[in-house]
Amino acid sequence: MNATTMAERVRRGEIAATALAEESLRAIRARNEELNVFLHVDEDGALATAARVDDAVARGEDPGRLAGVPIALKDNLCQVGIPTTCSSRILEGWRPPYSATVVERLLDAGAVPMGKTNLDEFAMGSSTETSAFGPTRNPLDPSRVPGGSSGGSAAAVAAAMTPLALGSDTGGSIRQPAALCGIVGVKPTYGLVSRYGLIAFASSLDQIGPFATDVADAALLLEVIAGHDPMDSTSLPEPAPSLVAHLGDGVAGRRIGLVRELLDGADEAIVASVRRAASVLEAAGATVVELSIPELHLGLSAYYLIAPAEASSNLARYDGVRYGLRINDEDVTAMNEATRTAGFGAEVKRRIMLGTYALSAGYYDAYYGQALKVRTQMRDAFRRAYRDVDMLLGATTPSVAFTFGSKTNDPMAMYLSDVFTIPTNLAGEAALSVPFGRGEADLPTGVQLLGPGRSEARLLAAAKVLEDAERG
Amino acid sequence: MALPEGWEMVVGLEVHTELRTATKMFCGCANVFGAEANTNVCPVCLGLPGSLPVLNERAVSMAMAIGMALHATIAPSTFHRKNYFYPDMPKDFQISQYDLPINSGGYLDLPDGSRVRIERAHLEEDTGKSTHLGVSGRIHGADRSLVDYNRSGVPLVEIVSGPDIRSAAQARLYASELRAVLIATGASDGRMEEGSMRIDANVSVRRSGEPFGTRCEIKNLNSLRSLHRAIEFEAQRQVKLIESGGVVRQETRHWDETVGATSTMRVKEEAEDYRYFREPDLVDLAPSAAWQQRVADALGPMPAERRAAVVALLGEVSDAQRDAIDVVIDLGLERFVHATHAAGGDVAVALARVANELAAAGDVSKLTEDAFVATVAMEAGGQLSATQAKTILADLLASGGEPRAVAAARGFEQLSADSLGGIVSALIDANPDEWSRFRDGDDKLAQFFIGLVMRETKGRANGKAVIAELHARR
Repeated sequence: MNATTMAERVRRGEIAATALAEESLRAIRARNEELNVFLHVDEDGALATAARVDDAVARGEDPGRLAGVPIALKDNLCQVGIPTTCSSRILEGWRPPYSATVVERLLDAGAVPMGKTNLDEFAMGSSTETSAFGPTRNPLDPSRVPGGSSGGSAAAVAAAMTPLALGSDTGGSIRQPAALCGIVGVKPTYGLVSRYGLIAFASSLDQIGPFATDVADAALLLEVIAGHDPMDSTSLPEPAPSLVAHLGDGVAGRRIGLVRELLDGADEAIVASVRRAASVLEAAGATVVELSIPELHLGLSAYYLIAPAEASSNLARYDGVRYGLRINDEDVTAMNEATRTAGFGAEVKRRIMLGTYALSAGYYDAYYGQALKVRTQMRDAFRRAYRDVDMLLGATTPSVAFTFGSKTNDPMAMYLSDVFTIPTNLAGEAALSVPFGRGEADLPTGVQLLGPGRSEARLLAAAKVLEDAERG
Repeated sequence: MALPEGWEMVVGLEVHTELRTATKMFCGCANVFGAEANTNVCPVCLGLPGSLPVLNERAVSMAMAIGMALHATIAPSTFHRKNYFYPDMPKDFQISQYDLPINSGGYLDLPDGSRVRIERAHLEEDTGKSTHLGVSGRIHGADRSLVDYNRSGVPLVEIVSGPDIRSAAQARLYASELRAVLIATGASDGRMEEGSMRIDANVSVRRSGEPFGTRCEIKNLNSLRSLHRAIEFEAQRQVKLIESGGVVRQETRHWDETVGATSTMRVKEEAEDYRYFREPDLVDLAPSAAWQQRVADALGPMPAERRAAVVALLGEVSDAQRDAIDVVIDLGLERFVHATHAAGGDVAVALARVANELAAAGDVSKLTEDAFVATVAMEAGGQLSATQAKTILADLLASGGEPRAVAAARGFEQLSADSLGGIVSALIDANPDEWSRFRDGDDKLAQFFIGLVMRETKGRANGKAVIAELHARR
């Protein structure tokens, strides 16, 4: 049963939200020790929220579009009173005194947050292996990573612990784990979903988005969380787009660009999946043209200057003064240093150093300044492409889910797993990954659809065509 | 104390002024001074993980008002992050403006006729406030430090002058004129003692005609007196240093008010690299022409013009009256002086009453201009003594009303000339020695008789009327 059906049945009083929450808790208990998906399970809170939904139904009220649907939250989203760690020792034990806007919107829609899921520390990674609390295992093959950084949220949905989850995508952190876990993941247009209460990694790139088992659920969840928020200055002013109503729009008459650079270096099976997706879309009435956007190759290097630069500033506040870890020392400067040395893992330190360097006097122009120029070029390149086509098509990842440790000793190899997803974040546009085909070891492969800002409805309709073809 | 012959000081000031907005710059917390520590705080101004800033439009309006008052150009601007670690700064970066400030260019004309250029006046957020417990009283060597984040995120405008100031007295004049302008725009209360206006001074010296010397920055001067003394000390120090063969190092210095000297805080080599970059959580700021026009329309005349208008009513002005005018302009109370003039009243008396009684009251909302004008007329006309007029004003300020009614209620009805004359005659008869000395020309004795009359009439007599009675009998 998908989330859409669950919510409908709860609203009609056919099933109890508490029963769904209990079922979710059973599924979490059954595999959480093995998979390390949830860092914190809010059993009491979830049951209480579910009971309120049931009470509302009993009173004849409508509890909302996600009535009683269990949902997992990436542990970089604040929920009042619930431990929030970003998978870092430095925030261990911190309980936010406020909730993220997305969490408020979920609760308003009757959803039932079940707990907080594992991620790469501060969302810096592509496998959850940088989490201070151990990696998450891929439910489809526990010897492999679920992808990252939102690996815990993707695994929660793939392991049927919750039908829905929220993640955040800074360079592919929703789409890549969605592809590796065989589910749907959407990186919305920058500003479509409020970032208020999302603990920042790289503010100009971060965006919250949905994980779901199917396209319809992803559309429903995105519709619930999207829309202007006065608490986020970068939030788009327009009303949230209608998505669910357009799921059946299909692709007839659409022009779709198959991007060579979004296949470069990908496994053969993945290239085959993307090409097969192209023919399915053509069969459904779209015109697919093969095209090249050479600027996409510049994305990775620009990203690894811009994201660490912003992170070096965003993560400065973890200084031991106000919350989280504090390692006392001689004076405040020594305390700051001891706290940060003990509290941050190696990947976070690497990126803070990279970013600090990129912004330093004498290096700014050559590194950060140059990266900003590349970013502008990237935006222009996408804009030119969208003059000609309605959306772009490519692979989400170069490979299927990889095994633990295979890339941890080589940061560049790890960084390359986001090479197809990063350009969308730099451009601030929309993209999604939909499971399509199988690759190595019969693991799922993801196909990526990319579009201009606020093109989510179009992308979801195309993803629905692929999903329908795949499910027969 | 002037610099030795042939030397000149070059001074530029950076003035930080807190804006009098109801709420902070990026959140809805109250912007008030003196609340219990850490009570006006929220996730945003505490920089909690996940929180985001939202710009206060009122702060932008006030910054533009300051820019307009300083004849600056208002342009589209951006916010940057200034990154450095400090415990009273909850995000460990300050949101400020960098290469594109909201106001740039401009000038301030001083009462001595000089003009100081303004380079920029930009928006930024204030930090929290640390208290260091321990012998040093400074962060290094403190046993414990306490931080109050009530001030964190309070909007500031930093006004940077050109290096146009050539004496400590001129620096002081600039600061006091700027303070008056800031108060006149409504953007600041100008209270230096509460830290709502703080000054950093860049000071260098040179031999006349030579290029600028190396400058030192003196931080956090919090009174006009400190500003004056610190600049004077620092310029003398630099001249002595150079004359004895030394070299001025570019450094940040601390002014110790009790010692009366500046000392090194940090040298340039240790200066931090702030790694400025565009604040990604805020959008660019480009106030519309309509918004700018609304701010311009709300901006009244500036202090220089308003002072001149009051001076024009008085003609010749004494130093004491000049000070009184400054007070009246700072408090925006000159309408009472103008109303008195319009009614043909005594402007000098009105100015004294506004600068003293009205200024001391703080809240003048219950006092109407008509009631004030009538009170002044009664005092100037001899129907009220100065003491009685002050009492009546105090009553009017506290509870409103009409001065004649208040005078009657207080028993201040005018002593008739006849009864005053009778009292004076009786007192002359009772004090023949004093009277003969007065008659022989000792005018001081007039005070003696006034004192007696006042005691006799319980303060109801008018001093001037008593003198008139005495002279009539001499």
